[in-house]
Amino acid sequence: MGIAREQQPAPAPQQPSEIAVVISGDPGTPPRYAVPDFIAASPEAAEAAKTITQVLWDDLAFEREFYLIPRDTYSTIPPARSADQVPFAAWRELGADAVFFGTVSRTGNDIKVEVRLFNIRTQQPVFSKEYTGAAANPRLYAHTVADEIHQQQRSLRGVARTKLAFSSDRNRERMVGTVESRDVKEVYMADYDGANPRRITTNRQLNITPVWSPDARSIAYTSYRRGYPDIFVALIYQGLQQEPTKGVGQNMLPMYSPDGTRIAFMSNREGNPEIYVMNVDGSNVRRITNHPAIDVTPTWSPTGTQIAFTSDRAGTPQIYIVGADGLNLRRLTTSESYADRPTWSPPPFNEVAFAARTGPGYDIKIYDLATGATRQLTFGEGTNESPAYSPNGRHVAFTSSRAGRVQIFTIGRDGRGIKQITRDGSNFTPSWSN
Amino acid sequence: MQVITSRARNRREPSRVLTKAGVVLVLLSLTAAACAKKQPPPLAQPAPPSTAPPVATGPAPAATPSTEALPVPPEPLAIAEDGISARSLDDLNRDSPFKPAYFPLDSAELDDVGRAVVTANAGIMRKYPTWMITVEGHCDERGTAEYNLALGERRAVAVKTYLLSLGIAADRVRTISYGKEFPFDQGHDDRAWASNRRAHFVITSK
Repeated sequence: MGIAREQQPAPAPQQPSEIAVVISGDPGTPPRYAVPDFIAASPEAAEAAKTITQVLWDDLAFEREFYLIPRDTYSTIPPARSADQVPFAAWRELGADAVFFGTVSRTGNDIKVEVRLFNIRTQQPVFSKEYTGAAANPRLYAHTVADEIHQQQRSLRGVARTKLAFSSDRNRERMVGTVESRDVKEVYMADYDGANPRRITTNRQLNITPVWSPDARSIAYTSYRRGYPDIFVALIYQGLQQEPTKGVGQNMLPMYSPDGTRIAFMSNREGNPEIYVMNVDGSNVRRITNHPAIDVTPTWSPTGTQIAFTSDRAGTPQIYIVGADGLNLRRLTTSESYADRPTWSPPPFNEVAFAARTGPGYDIKIYDLATGATRQLTFGEGTNESPAYSPNGRHVAFTSSRAGRVQIFTIGRDGRGIKQITRDGSNFTPSWSN
Repeated sequence: MQVITSRARNRREPSRVLTKAGVVLVLLSLTAAACAKKQPPPLAQPAPPSTAPPVATGPAPAATPSTEALPVPPEPLAIAEDGISARSLDDLNRDSPFKPAYFPLDSAELDDVGRAVVTANAGIMRKYPTWMITVEGHCDERGTAEYNLALGERRAVAVKTYLLSLGIAADRVRTISYGKEFPFDQGHDDRAWASNRRAHFVITSK
């Protein structure tokens, strides 16, 4: 993202308070937003303007904080050529509470995006900003606007600029092995909506279970590049690689602590799958679980004081919680036949998502730690696994076979708004960045 | 002259000699095959009329070449080696003398059939005492990806433990779990699932 120069919105002088900036809808209903096409100042900016309009619409729709008026209902409203020509009467007749006005101009490899959000009632802009920067990725301007609008209008931390990391066989490479020809899986990252996929690993082996560091600058993952599973950390903006577990035993399924200083993981280094915690540099390895059964798939509580994990010590895989010091073990799931891949929500929610066997396959469920109640997000469409929360806790990414090959989907924590994210190859084990 | 000190080194040395011998033999047989190709194929060779006149009576002279195909000299390789150990690792693993041990759903316990398979595999390991193997633990798609990584580990370890109980040295057996990442059968039915719940033996060194 280039420089974002801010122009302060021009608040109506008689309404200087923050409340005046927030556009509300009719009582009890979300405000109704219109996102007409951004105006291209020149033909070279047309593609970027179209992209920004569409992505902004998708980003605003994703959080479901606003009612987005269907675009086809305002196709007859003439586009405003400038900010002082917004046809407020026409928008008011359509029932809009808020309308965007945006322009995109292009100079060489740079673009300038001007965005205003008007309150239809006051005819005043509540949001007025100008962004300049590289033209290579116009989606980023829309993502930025969406995040800022959510923050300003709803005090909500949006996820439009967050990323997903996942494992994929989309490059369709096969390993040259002695046993059979096997699919290569590499770690990829993409925007939260699946756009701009980037390959992170290139070793043509099995690379799975990537997780983001809290600063979103590193991805820890399980790689078989040495012929056995070990944990690697890709410093993605430096092009560097670290191997904190250094091949001591076989190590997999890393998970960063919320403060980013530690990694919980599963290791067989003492002969049995157990949960361990280490500092991110591999020092100070401590064993958290101690049971002859399987203990696997750790996840941290938001405070970093507890770890949830899967254990089959009771005969079937179930979710347990233990203190990060290894004390105060308790079983969480008691009415599931099989539960795996716990994922602790970020605040303000206090819940654990997991995959539960519900028939031939799995569905995503959420255990509410405050009430002890469990609710279900998916209902047997394909098999659904590997949940991962968005950083604002309002969404869960997961894998599903409902569309044929295994793909990554997102769904609201209330079970609404399912959206397919990946379509290329098969894609697994998503992690959602801050 | 190298002084061989370590035990592992000692163990590897014979296999290297065998490998070298194998390479030489393969080269020899390739050379023989190349030479043979330069001659006309014996079966296609017409009977030379000048040297084999149709004499009605009398025994054929001993020097008269036979019009029958000359027998190809037997490959010395087939005599010197038992066939299996002469094959490359890739060939061996592609058509392995080891059979996989299969597991019930959600289980890492060897049943009677599984133990019989591992016992037979232990016999092969005793027959080829230089071989090193990796036991791969695999799972079917009906388990979750993450738990399966641990379950596959348990399956591989269960097989290794049983091999050790049969007297196989621990340092000849490595284990690795692939969870459900590498299904052998891409299907989505009972047969495929049963095939994919396995401990798969891979020869890594011989």
